[in-house]
Amino acid sequence: CKKDSLNLIPTNDIIADQVYSTPEGYKQAFAKVYAGWALVGTKGPGSLIGDLAGFDPAQTDFLRQYWNLQELCSDEASCAWPDPGVPDAVYAMPGADNNMIKGLYARCIYQITLVNEFLRESTPEKLSSRNISGQAVTDIGGYRMEARFLRAYQYSILMDLFGNPPFLTEADEIGTTAPKQIRRADLFNYVEAELKAIEGELAAPMTNEYGRADRAAAWTILARIYLNSEVYLGVGKGKFTEAITYAAKVIAAGYSLAGNYKHLFMTDNNKTGKEIILTINYDGFKTQTYGGTTFLINANVDPGMNPASFGIPGGGWSGYRTKSTLPLLFGDYSGNTDKRALFFGNKIANDDIAVSTDGLRTTKFRNVSSTGEPGGSQDGTLCSLDFPLLRLADVYLVYAEAVLRGGTGGNMGQAISYFNLIRQRAYGNTSGNVSTITLNDILNERGRELYLEGYRRTDLIRFGKFTGSDYLWPWKGGVKGGKALEDFRALFPLPSTDVVANPNLTQNTGY
Amino acid sequence: VSGRVLDEIGQGLPGASVIVKGTTRSTATDAKGNYQISGLQNGSLILSASFVGYITLEKTAVVSAGTTVNFNLAPDAQKLTEVVVIGYGTTTKKNLTGAVSTVTAKDFQKGAITSPDQLIQGRVAGVTIIPGGGQPGSAGTIRIRGAASLNASNNPLYVIDGIPLSGEGISGAASQLSLINPNDIESFTVLKDANATAIYGSRASNGVILITTKKGGAAAPTFTFSTNNSYATVAKKVDVLSADQVRSYVNEKGLAATKALLGTANTDWQDEIYDNAFGTDNNLSLSGTFKKVPYRISAGYLDQKGLLMTDRLKRGTGGIRLTPSLFEDHLKVDLNLKGSVSNSHFANQLAVPSAIAFDPTQNVHADNQFGNYFEWASGNVPNVATPRNPVSLLEQYANRGKADRSFGNLQLDYSFHFLPELHANLNIGYDVAKGQGQTDVPAASAYYYLTKGYSLAYLGTQQDKFIEAYLNYNKTLESINSNFNITAGYGYYDNSKKNYFLPTYNALGQVQATPNFPFEIQRNKLLSYYGRLVYTLAGKYILSGTIRTDGSSKFSPDSRWGYFPSAGFTWRIKDEAFLKNSKVVSDLKIRLSYGETGNKDVPVNYAYLANYNLGADQAQYQLGDNFYHVYSPMPYDKNLRWESTTTYNGGLDYGFLNGRISGSIDVYYKKTKDLLATIEIPIGTNFSNQLLTNVGNMENRGIEASINVALLKGDRVNWDIGFNFAYNKNKVSNLTLNNNPNYKQVARGITGGIDNYVQYHAVGLQPYAFFLYKQVYDASGSPLEGVYEDLSGDGRISEEDRRFYKSPAPIYVMGFNTSFNYKKWTLSTVLRSNIGAYIYDNVSSQFGVSRFMMNEKYINNAAADIYRSKFVNNQYKSDYYLKNASFLKMDNLGLNFNAGRLSRTGTASLSISANCQNVFVISDYKGIDPEIFSGIDYNLYPRPRTYTLGVNVGF
Repeated sequence: CKKDSLNLIPTNDIIADQVYSTPEGYKQAFAKVYAGWALVGTKGPGSLIGDLAGFDPAQTDFLRQYWNLQELCSDEASCAWPDPGVPDAVYAMPGADNNMIKGLYARCIYQITLVNEFLRESTPEKLSSRNISGQAVTDIGGYRMEARFLRAYQYSILMDLFGNPPFLTEADEIGTTAPKQIRRADLFNYVEAELKAIEGELAAPMTNEYGRADRAAAWTILARIYLNSEVYLGVGKGKFTEAITYAAKVIAAGYSLAGNYKHLFMTDNNKTGKEIILTINYDGFKTQTYGGTTFLINANVDPGMNPASFGIPGGGWSGYRTKSTLPLLFGDYSGNTDKRALFFGNKIANDDIAVSTDGLRTTKFRNVSSTGEPGGSQDGTLCSLDFPLLRLADVYLVYAEAVLRGGTGGNMGQAISYFNLIRQRAYGNTSGNVSTITLNDILNERGRELYLEGYRRTDLIRFGKFTGSDYLWPWKGGVKGGKALEDFRALFPLPSTDVVANPNLTQNTGY
Repeated sequence: VSGRVLDEIGQGLPGASVIVKGTTRSTATDAKGNYQISGLQNGSLILSASFVGYITLEKTAVVSAGTTVNFNLAPDAQKLTEVVVIGYGTTTKKNLTGAVSTVTAKDFQKGAITSPDQLIQGRVAGVTIIPGGGQPGSAGTIRIRGAASLNASNNPLYVIDGIPLSGEGISGAASQLSLINPNDIESFTVLKDANATAIYGSRASNGVILITTKKGGAAAPTFTFSTNNSYATVAKKVDVLSADQVRSYVNEKGLAATKALLGTANTDWQDEIYDNAFGTDNNLSLSGTFKKVPYRISAGYLDQKGLLMTDRLKRGTGGIRLTPSLFEDHLKVDLNLKGSVSNSHFANQLAVPSAIAFDPTQNVHADNQFGNYFEWASGNVPNVATPRNPVSLLEQYANRGKADRSFGNLQLDYSFHFLPELHANLNIGYDVAKGQGQTDVPAASAYYYLTKGYSLAYLGTQQDKFIEAYLNYNKTLESINSNFNITAGYGYYDNSKKNYFLPTYNALGQVQATPNFPFEIQRNKLLSYYGRLVYTLAGKYILSGTIRTDGSSKFSPDSRWGYFPSAGFTWRIKDEAFLKNSKVVSDLKIRLSYGETGNKDVPVNYAYLANYNLGADQAQYQLGDNFYHVYSPMPYDKNLRWESTTTYNGGLDYGFLNGRISGSIDVYYKKTKDLLATIEIPIGTNFSNQLLTNVGNMENRGIEASINVALLKGDRVNWDIGFNFAYNKNKVSNLTLNNNPNYKQVARGITGGIDNYVQYHAVGLQPYAFFLYKQVYDASGSPLEGVYEDLSGDGRISEEDRRFYKSPAPIYVMGFNTSFNYKKWTLSTVLRSNIGAYIYDNVSSQFGVSRFMMNEKYINNAAADIYRSKFVNNQYKSDYYLKNASFLKMDNLGLNFNAGRLSRTGTASLSISANCQNVFVISDYKGIDPEIFSGIDYNLYPRPRTYTLGVNVGF
């Protein structure tokens, strides 16, 4: 027997040259870059094997972890589950061993390594060496731009939550050389430069395939990081003019608010309006996960809410509900005045963190279409709602806020009219319209319009209300009435496992 | 010349060899001990009769037609001439240079034995066999000298009559070993130190177990029939509340809505799912010699039910072994074929935890849409938060598995006519299996209610083949008073498994999931060269060395070859002049050895290759109007290489009073480097946050001792006792690429909540060390809920307050066996004890709190610990649940009546035995069994207490 008979290859897994031998293969590898932010792996939701290891795969998707850290840590959401990491998140005090911290951080960087791999395998040289030509070369060039968008987006999340993450690009090959750490301000410059570099190369707004990023998505992220630039770069270094510039580009691109606020969070939200700029796609049969909108819907529904009416006859995990500050933001939270107030339950107060009925549940997200059809679900739990990650209402409010913060290139009249467009939809008439707005109005309106969509912690930090004692909410800092949070907590810790594994990393101050 | 060879109690010894000294004439006795040699010249000659374990006896006879010469052999208490199987050869006990233990059939555990590993439980120092659960055919977890690896396999290499098993499971069978008929086994030889194992190279780090099966011998055909009929009972149930206790608890503490849910029944769900189980094991064998071809043919039929209702294993086995010697004994042939067919029904083991948790105030049945099994519902569908009806989990569930297996080999050993000291050995063999089955759950079952049932077929095949060849040269040079025994060989092993992926359906035949690929082949190959030199000077100084080089397909061409050397020195002190004539000391030998072994059993076959995996149907992504199956790059380590273990061993074999007291003591130190471990890597360096890679070190140190004493020895009364003791301590000594001592790797979680891990690997500690909060108790000794010691002293309780404390591996393992024989009666027992192991009581931590028990929508039962802890919420990470798992168990108590020959002239013999297994357990641990390999007690299938009546007839 010859020694080279020891070279065996697996039956079904294939090597890069086989994957990338056809344009279809490129698209399937490219689809993984998107799937990576929706799913936990390639084996299905029940599998114990995910992209990431060492914790329950359901704890490793992007949206669930991002949502938990942005919402549980804020004045909007609470959770009764005693699972590791949950109470600390509800207290806005997740530590370096917290699962959600580790899950989100690992997912973001995993996404970046996927993008880097795709970029390495799709260079013009590789394409020509694999005899890919013609239209396919153009298409794959487009994939590359979107991959870079997704990488920039993940870096923007890392910048916002963790500040100083490890940094790698396609120049860093797979191996065991630990990546270097990047400082937050440097990362800002990188994200800004990347998005500007690809801006012109991405598909024009609303011309790309459904589920894929276009130019407006890059503009929205640019507007968002500019709006938060003082947080990232330091006080006085705000780039509000740029925020206005990019918000205006999105607004001018042809989007419009959906007619019915509720329909944005129903399974046919891709057909009921032109408000949504980018979604993360889920399907109860073909794109299954226990994170994503399956989590969002099931976690917020308890068996007493008639789960079938949410399109999840087999689900309803009971545990998540709102902190009282959220319904109180509406004043009348019955939904009769402001239709965006979508709550269920009798007790608004969050007396006992471990009791899932202490606090109103939200009915905002449903696995049901606008016409009442249940969304597809293989087992009565998995959901088919696409999550509206970027939508116009946010961009309107970015514009208004940037104007109020002193950015130029926009005007107050325009800002107020955008603000009123949102209020008009909420009230169903002009009775909620305003004639003047303040920064505080913006924060409150963002709370009412964008609640439980993953914005809140970032917003509170930008307004200086996350840490300190200016603004308290139930269980902030671990006490029922809320207490001051130390300033260092405006940045989350890097997960301790990576600080130990990667000697190049310095833990964020305070942890 | 003819005659009989008899043992010490006058029974014929089958298979004893009788030779005519000074000639090549020889024969073996038949099943009754008869022999016959014809064609001899009349006159005086010397006959010699020998049998393993007996002192060889020579008799001078004057031969004429019809001469009869009988032999009465006496047992050789020292057993020093006993042949011991070692890697690629045999030696005698006297000349053994490694730490090797042998257990033969007469010392096997008796009773209802469905898996071979159960035969030697408690018998060998340093071999820990933690029995599987009570499922028929489930194999135990075997560890020789503790575990040497974290993420590669820790199972020993099994070699059956020269056939190395791949060590992989077979679908449709409870375990790979369960397809081997224990009744065919003659002996186990356990190779422990590197001097003994290193010749197996990269498969040897976890020790090697050589299994020898029975073979034919005597001339006349002999039938042996044995039947063992067993009755298994539940030894202990989980302590849960009774129906009345649940009623009073809920009435005292429940909400009005909860009280309204109480039922009036008194259902003991554990009684509902467990039932006493009959089993029968019947074996028939025929052995003899046909025209100089010794043969043994055996057939067995086992039918064993499990305690868990619907669990059943039916197994038929067959074996043929032919061992002729040709060309005046120059060519020894050993043809060995074994086969088995098993049909199993596997019960749904989810019923085990469900029966603990299900509300005892409810009846088993109710009028409803779930097939009329009572279920907690939410509207029209089962409530997802509650356990399912335990009886429905058994009755509305069918998992039938069928496994067929055949393994065999042909071994040719030729000693050269022109150079008898040189012989060549060729060994070719195979191990093929096919496992298949199907799981069905009806549409009405609450278990799969929303998908309208479940139906999945499974199918897998295994094809392992190998070829080995070696040359052995054994030469004594009287001139320098030396013996050289040299072996050099080659081996090639090709292991392949094919798993079919079949669509999942519901009970209505609708497809639920379609696999991407019809099948996969998992294959690995090993190519080896090996050699051994044993140099013996003056019969008392033995130097031995082995080397093996293995190349494995599991590693890249740059790192796939490993070299595994060993060296040993043995000094037979007994043979020194000053002890040679000692009447007190009958054996004394010192062994010193050093060696390196490897562990190739990386859990995956292609981990060094940069591969892409095609995502499943459920993991597509929508872009535009199309859903795409994704290609995902897999994490890989292109430099993956062998794990290598260096073992130092010092041993002493002793015997006193002509072997009436004998035993051995060994001390060892094992250090594993390039430890294969799945660890956290710097995120971003690969396509995952964790990677299986060579990192870190682990150490094992231990002591083993055994002693066997023939307390009484006589014609009528014999009393033997044996005791073995092992101390083993593992320590992880490094786990990170940058040698960070603060690193801890998540190792094992519990049931309940999400991501509740209680065991970690950390530097300086045993693997799987428990990492928990230190519970605070009140003055009366009751735990205070949620109150832990603030070990970090920062004023709040956070992760930093958890501490490492204890681990699931026992520190001391002891076995004790004794047999008392009076005339035809023998009473025997085996006891075992583990000390220093800890167990996490996940039954109480999950089910023993009132939050779990009561809700507006349902009631669950609770573990009785709820009365002790009085916890409202689950306190999963409290060390309140960590318990000392030390125990003393009586594994076996048996009485055997051996009638021997039934008549003076006839040849029929009879023995009858009665056995009880799992007789008692003494332990502080309150759960059903303290002996759980993982150290986490959650859903243990109770081990039965089994009563067996056996009859063995020869004729």
